[in-house]
Amino acid sequence: MAQKIKFYQTGTLTVGNRLLDAENRSVQSTIDRSNSLTSGHRACQGCGEALGARYVVDTAMREADKKLIAVNATGCLEVFSTPYPESSWQVAWMHSLFGNAPAVATGVVAALRAKGRDDIKVLAQGGDGGTVDIGFGCLSGMFERNDDVLYVCYDNEAYMNTGVQRSGQTPPAARTATTPTSGGSKGNVFGQGKNAPQIAMAHDIPYVATATVADLHDLENKVTKAMGIKGARYIHVNVPCPLGWGSQPCDTVRLARLAAETGLFPLFEAEHGAVTDVTKIRRRVPVEEYLRPQRRFAHLFKPKPDVKALAAIQEIADRNIRKYGLLV
Amino acid sequence: MGAPVIAFCRLDDKEIRLREPVMSPDALIVQDPTLLHQVDLFSGLDTRGYLLINTTRRYRDLGLGDYVTKFPPHHICTVAASEWAVEFIGKPLPNAAMLGAFSAITRRVKLDSVQEAIRQKFPGELGEKNAAAAGKAYNTIRTN
Amino acid sequence: MLKQMEGSHAVAEAIALCRPEVICAYPITPQTHIVERLSELVQQGEIGNCQYINVESEFAAMSVAIGASAAGARAYTATSSQGLLFMTEAVYNASGLGLPIVMTIGNRAIGAPINIWNDHSDSMALRDAGWIQLYAETNQDAIDLHIQAFRLAEQLSVPVMVCEDGFILTHAYERVDMPDLNQVQAYLPPFEPVQILDPADPVTIGAMVGPEAFAEVRYLSHHKHLQAVEVIPQLASEFAKIFGRDSGGLIQPYRSDDAETVIVALGSVVGTIRDVVDDMREDGVSIGAVKVISFRPFPMLALRAALENAKRVIVVEKAFADGLGGIAVNSVRMALRGLTTPIYTIIAGLGGRPITKDSLLRAFGEATRDELDDPHFLDLNWTVIDHELARAKEKRRSGPIAENVLRDLGLVGGKPV
Repeated sequence: MAQKIKFYQTGTLTVGNRLLDAENRSVQSTIDRSNSLTSGHRACQGCGEALGARYVVDTAMREADKKLIAVNATGCLEVFSTPYPESSWQVAWMHSLFGNAPAVATGVVAALRAKGRDDIKVLAQGGDGGTVDIGFGCLSGMFERNDDVLYVCYDNEAYMNTGVQRSGQTPPAARTATTPTSGGSKGNVFGQGKNAPQIAMAHDIPYVATATVADLHDLENKVTKAMGIKGARYIHVNVPCPLGWGSQPCDTVRLARLAAETGLFPLFEAEHGAVTDVTKIRRRVPVEEYLRPQRRFAHLFKPKPDVKALAAIQEIADRNIRKYGLLV
Repeated sequence: MGAPVIAFCRLDDKEIRLREPVMSPDALIVQDPTLLHQVDLFSGLDTRGYLLINTTRRYRDLGLGDYVTKFPPHHICTVAASEWAVEFIGKPLPNAAMLGAFSAITRRVKLDSVQEAIRQKFPGELGEKNAAAAGKAYNTIRTN
Repeated sequence: MLKQMEGSHAVAEAIALCRPEVICAYPITPQTHIVERLSELVQQGEIGNCQYINVESEFAAMSVAIGASAAGARAYTATSSQGLLFMTEAVYNASGLGLPIVMTIGNRAIGAPINIWNDHSDSMALRDAGWIQLYAETNQDAIDLHIQAFRLAEQLSVPVMVCEDGFILTHAYERVDMPDLNQVQAYLPPFEPVQILDPADPVTIGAMVGPEAFAEVRYLSHHKHLQAVEVIPQLASEFAKIFGRDSGGLIQPYRSDDAETVIVALGSVVGTIRDVVDDMREDGVSIGAVKVISFRPFPMLALRAALENAKRVIVVEKAFADGLGGIAVNSVRMALRGLTTPIYTIIAGLGGRPITKDSLLRAFGEATRDELDDPHFLDLNWTVIDHELARAKEKRRSGPIAENVLRDLGLVGGKPV
């Protein structure tokens, strides 16, 4: 069996893209990419969400022949991209409220359909808080109606825009402003979690996928595939946040890769409620390697290792690996 | 079955502006006689008014023997509306027959108008059956 | 064409004539019949390519309308009471973004206690959300105001809510003159948005605005309302020309020109008030009324002109501000500032309590003799009030007020009082 060689995007001077045929190069490497989220926005250095949004929207624009309308929830992306009096969006873009991006997108689709403009595509996007907490009702409604919207959730695992408060996506043991670790506290609880991609799958919508900003091609491919499908589609993207995670800006892509390679963030695709493809872990990594570079998990290591918590987190990773069959 | 329901209607030749519930009815239509002694149905009903009750029983048997003597005899009637409804429509829905009776006893609306309204409200055969029930009630009252 | 139909169905037909492109529907008593009838009309193909979206909450309803309107479609929704509150964030968002959405409010009391019947607490709660608010007295009004609402909203890029009393109007069967499509199309041109999400000409809608510009953006909304004061009467007179009847406008006086006492009110109670005015006039009382149609923008100058010669003014309201009294009355006071005219407030019809001619006659009579307390809660059962106050005084754990009151009134069985 021929061995698949994967080229990784590890920096702007990577050799990978130049070696690829033109049609296999990423959207980001092409000169005529839309640059939908152009420079001048106010994102932090190393912001995973800015990276993810740029990848996603440019790909969506290519697939939609530049006929795209984007609806954005309140959050980091919305705030840093539209600081009055400027906007860094070069696409038709709308922000309404925190919890209604899916519903607003539904409205845009309805309007376009009423006007016979099915050629214009609609993308909705928001952070984890806006998507799985306050926007959950609207998200579910959009799924249930199978509205022709691609919803992308940029998950940095907390309410980052308002100062790093815990969200429904905050992982166990993580320190946030509302799950502190001062005075012996242990950060976020080991709760049930809210598996948004699984919940999306439970709605049996045509396409669900997870992705990270570590694998540009994978993310672009998934957006490309989603844009070729009609109906409700959901992509959940892991986007490290240096500020909120307490990590180095230069580590954003590395941490996203580690999240996948530990098994903590499984990469898969699903259609109509059934998993259709997973990305196998090339080189399995113990969770500690992922947790150490993030100060939000510092209390797990200092003053002395919290063996129990680390084991519990490793168990979460192990369970994901078993569940999705992530090992080669 | 269900909760007691009261509905109000005003008829006039000029614009009706009043929005309060009808508290001093000129006519009272009782569609469900089981309510007779549960709620104060007759509150505000002037004894010069009209009283129609959906029943096959006599006033005496309903405990209204004395009460109805206050009314002019041609202002009151019992109407076997549920029975006629079953006969003409197949279900004990007395409203069409009660309307026919209302037309007969008050003469405020013509039977033709009642039947035309019924036909406009209920399409096709359903309308015809209801109109027939109304007609039956009207004719029965008028000949009594 | 003259029709005898249920108010909500009449509104639905009128909306259909306005050819909305997106209707988003969430049920709540007492507006549900409107959206039900509209779903039938859409299904039957009566409204062209109109998209009817069944949403998962009122918040979603207004949000869908926002998205649709921003994408250039004529959008409509309806709600009441709790639903209006649930969508409040989006209601402010719509006006803040200048989207000409039209919404029907089937006026219903806001809980707790939960109550499905009519009063104005819902629309009054959102009076300063930046929407234009028009109040219908009859179902004919309701039809006409909706048609004018679309025209008004799109002309100024301001959303408009048309308020009609739940059950009293929505569920009343009355005669209406339903316009035909030609008339509506002559009056209401296709929607031409001032801003639109268009990939061919991309704009950013909904950007953050900081202290350096927020006040200006908000002032421009205020300015639209000031414009509306001029536009509303213009649109009403245009309406009269095309449809052949007087409808809409800011206010409508009734025998108030030479009246010593003038009643001010909104909505269906105005009908009853007209009858009371006629009766009192027959008894030689100098009395008249002014119907307020546009509550927002509040018709300051027009109302002042109608009231400035009155010896006293009585505002009849279906909502109130706890601890203070009436709500609408404050705007009336503003209109009459500088004058010393005594202004009474009668708070009536809360939670659907019927407002009777007799009670109004009595209260107006007392007011003309300056014997009315202020604010006056019409037909309040003081025995029950006193009972409950005494009970609460006696025992800390006196229980839920609603249950106690209902038991007092014999409406709920159980423990003796």
